[in-house]
Amino acid sequence: MTAALLTIEDLHVSYRGRNSTAHILDGVDVTIGRGQSVGLVGESGSGKSTVAFALLGLLADNAEVSTRRAAFDGHETSLRVEETRALRGTDIAMIFQDPMTALNPMFTIGTQLVDIQRRRFPRESRHWLWARAATMLADVGVPDAAARMNRYPHEFSGGMRQRVVIAMALLVEPKLLIADEPTTALDATIEAQVVEVLQRLRQRTSTSMLVVSHSMGLIAELCDSVVVMYAGTVVEHGPVQVVFSRPRHPYTRALLACEIDPYQAFDPSQDLATIPGTVPDPARRPRGCIFASRCPDRHDRCGERPPHRQAGDARAYSCWQEAS
Amino acid sequence: MRSASLQMHLAFKLATAALAVAGSVVLLMALTRLIPGDPATVILGSRATPEAVAALNARIGLDKPLIEQVFAFFGRLVSGDLGEDVFNGRPVLGLVLNALPNTAALAIAAMLCAVAIGIPLALLCARWPGGKADRLVAFLSVGFISTPSFVVSVFLLMVFSVHLRWFPVLGAGESGDLGDQLWHLVLPTAALAAGWVGYIARLLRSSLLEILGESHVRTLRAYGVSETKILMKYALKPAILPTLAVLGMGFGELLGGAVFAEVIFNRPGLGSLIYDAIRTRNYPVVQGGVFVIVMLYVLTNLIADLSQSLIDPRERARLTSGRGH
Amino acid sequence: MQAFFALSRRPGGTFAALTVTLLCLVAIAAPLIAPYGPNAIAPANRLMDPSLQHVLGTDHLGRDILSRLIYGARVALGISLSVIAISLSAGVALGIAAALSPRAVDLAVVGVFDIVTSFPSVILALALVAVFGPGLGNVVLLVSIVFIPHFGRVARAQTIAIRNSPFIEAEKVLGAETWRVVLHHVTPNIIGPIFVLACMDIPVVITIEAGLSFLGLGVRPPLASWGNLLNDGYTYLDQSVWLATFSGLALVLATLGFALLGEALRDTLDPKLRKAL
Repeated sequence: MTAALLTIEDLHVSYRGRNSTAHILDGVDVTIGRGQSVGLVGESGSGKSTVAFALLGLLADNAEVSTRRAAFDGHETSLRVEETRALRGTDIAMIFQDPMTALNPMFTIGTQLVDIQRRRFPRESRHWLWARAATMLADVGVPDAAARMNRYPHEFSGGMRQRVVIAMALLVEPKLLIADEPTTALDATIEAQVVEVLQRLRQRTSTSMLVVSHSMGLIAELCDSVVVMYAGTVVEHGPVQVVFSRPRHPYTRALLACEIDPYQAFDPSQDLATIPGTVPDPARRPRGCIFASRCPDRHDRCGERPPHRQAGDARAYSCWQEAS
Repeated sequence: MRSASLQMHLAFKLATAALAVAGSVVLLMALTRLIPGDPATVILGSRATPEAVAALNARIGLDKPLIEQVFAFFGRLVSGDLGEDVFNGRPVLGLVLNALPNTAALAIAAMLCAVAIGIPLALLCARWPGGKADRLVAFLSVGFISTPSFVVSVFLLMVFSVHLRWFPVLGAGESGDLGDQLWHLVLPTAALAAGWVGYIARLLRSSLLEILGESHVRTLRAYGVSETKILMKYALKPAILPTLAVLGMGFGELLGGAVFAEVIFNRPGLGSLIYDAIRTRNYPVVQGGVFVIVMLYVLTNLIADLSQSLIDPRERARLTSGRGH
Repeated sequence: MQAFFALSRRPGGTFAALTVTLLCLVAIAAPLIAPYGPNAIAPANRLMDPSLQHVLGTDHLGRDILSRLIYGARVALGISLSVIAISLSAGVALGIAAALSPRAVDLAVVGVFDIVTSFPSVILALALVAVFGPGLGNVVLLVSIVFIPHFGRVARAQTIAIRNSPFIEAEKVLGAETWRVVLHHVTPNIIGPIFVLACMDIPVVITIEAGLSFLGLGVRPPLASWGNLLNDGYTYLDQSVWLATFSGLALVLATLGFALLGEALRDTLDPKLRKAL
């Protein structure tokens, strides 16, 4: 088996404030194989975006990042900013959440598409980079691409802007493409288009993907495996079909129950499923199982940190409960 | 059709500007009437014979109601007549046009200096916020901003002209000798620019820092675009906009400061003209000079306002698409 | 008063607070602390360098510079505080009234504000003085005119923002008069920004007054305004530098102190105001 593209073991990220320290990530493990697509799912505050940002060194200045072991493309790395900076614009590319604000409104998209390629192709001419960008723009489905290169971001619709952002990422030919909530800021019809673009990409290239989202549906469509996060810890991970159809961790089960099935008849008498309680304060993390305070199956042992349990090939979860 | 709305927008702005100027003229004329006592008598002083008073009243138009005076003024204005010097009948327009280039040169030189030093300073501070340069500039700029320009002028005069004798004390230099004129410009320009350097540096710095925290900059960083390039290309352009607005207003204060600079350094110009006219109660000249200054001020603000609209592509689009303002 | 302690945390804040307090004390206690009278002419002692008898030297009429500076503080602070008081009251009143008046009246007031602000402040002050003549009272009144639109606009904007609010409507339905209700709600919102604006305008007023006096168009000699002192110093610059130096320094310190105070206040009371002001 070829070595994984990205391996992170025991990732910790915290922010040192004036009076307290907020622990955002507490021992996260992520593995992404070459050509594989991994989804990071969790609610707001789970720290999933933080994992993505840590990979590129885009966290705030007062962030402290540590990991027991991390390796990208066969090279060991400490994930310190100096090292991750080298990966920007060459090996890892990121698609940000909100296409409306991701582009500078005062410059044409052509100019921006050219400038982001400079790291990858430092010796090429502007003309060459411009032509390449126009081609890629057409590839992702932007009509009249050559003319559009001279337009400004505000002249594009939301869906088109997201395609521009995706084109941007593809232009640097990254080994790993990170999509941070790629469809959250878009409406449903646009979402379908974006998914289609990403799926086509998966078919054509061997680029690995890390999709961060709170939408399990999106992850089901785009990813091979999924990592379920809650409040900075990984509670379950494994192949996406398996985890979503037979979830082992109570949180995963609860999350799935919250998703609305669009194909079922609407029953007005039934309440929408929710998970009672709130995510714990990152500055005051409870000892023991992180989900215990909201878990319907909580019992006394949950006061201690639960063990990792393997449950079949490449699948694991952290819970005191035995596999049911 | 595309430029129709742009023209409408321009026309609207020009109209408001013209109204402001017109209003200030009315104000000035109304003021003349408020001079305690009979204005003509006051102006003429010891030469106030009844005939002279009547003649002056007729000439300035003080014997007619305010409305007529205003219309008369505008009527004459259209033909380029701003009235005459009370004492020797020289046309005010001539006096003002003669003096204007000197003041304009000073104001423009000061503004250029302020911009040429202020912008690089701001870029430096924004590149390493909280660093040594940043703190030094922050500390010094408050002092420069709040200190009155005439105090700076006197200090500069004291140190560099009187004491060190590096620069000439008086005048604007030999006409025709550009080098000499530039040499005479140095101290007054420095005095006027000092405050503005600090102001521009700080304003631009905070605009830059604000923009550097925005999403689109994060995108560029994620692709490894260098901080310097981000700062000088992608952050500078949006950050310039609020600074432009301030520069427009600042020009007016520069004109005000020019009055002091011209008096202190004994330079010819609109400022000295108005000052002498005030002391000798030469009201038509005061009126004419102030009128020209107000026009310049309003015009500069207009230009600053319009360039803001034109630099931002979103504003440009809004204007030319005919969707109204 | 927690604002005061937050003030001292800012780097310039302590300096500003100290300077301003010192100035106020000096201005108030002038007759007590000045070693000589401000008008004690002694032609024999003209233009002397600093010495034990005259700590800052003497001017061209033999008057003690330190004493004149102390009395000058009175003039500077007295005039600027009066000007601010007048323009604040008139401006706020006008602004609120305009916002509550029929559209035509409102537009007229806005028009007047725009006309006043189409003059650079110094130029307007000069034009006004040209007509009405110099003198202490005139300076106070005329310079106030220049600053009325400052306060007027802020007051008007706040009132407009509030006048159509649902809770105003609710109180009107209950029978309260519009202006009373609006006043009741506008006032607390205005106090902060107006106060900061006033503080930041003080150094500007000091500058304008000193400038006018410097040109001989402000406070009339022998009254000791720092502007007058600076002018005297400028006139005799080739014979003695002390008068110009110390009066200039006084102006620098005063404007710097108040400017820093205004900024510190602005940042303490509402950091969001940073952009607006």
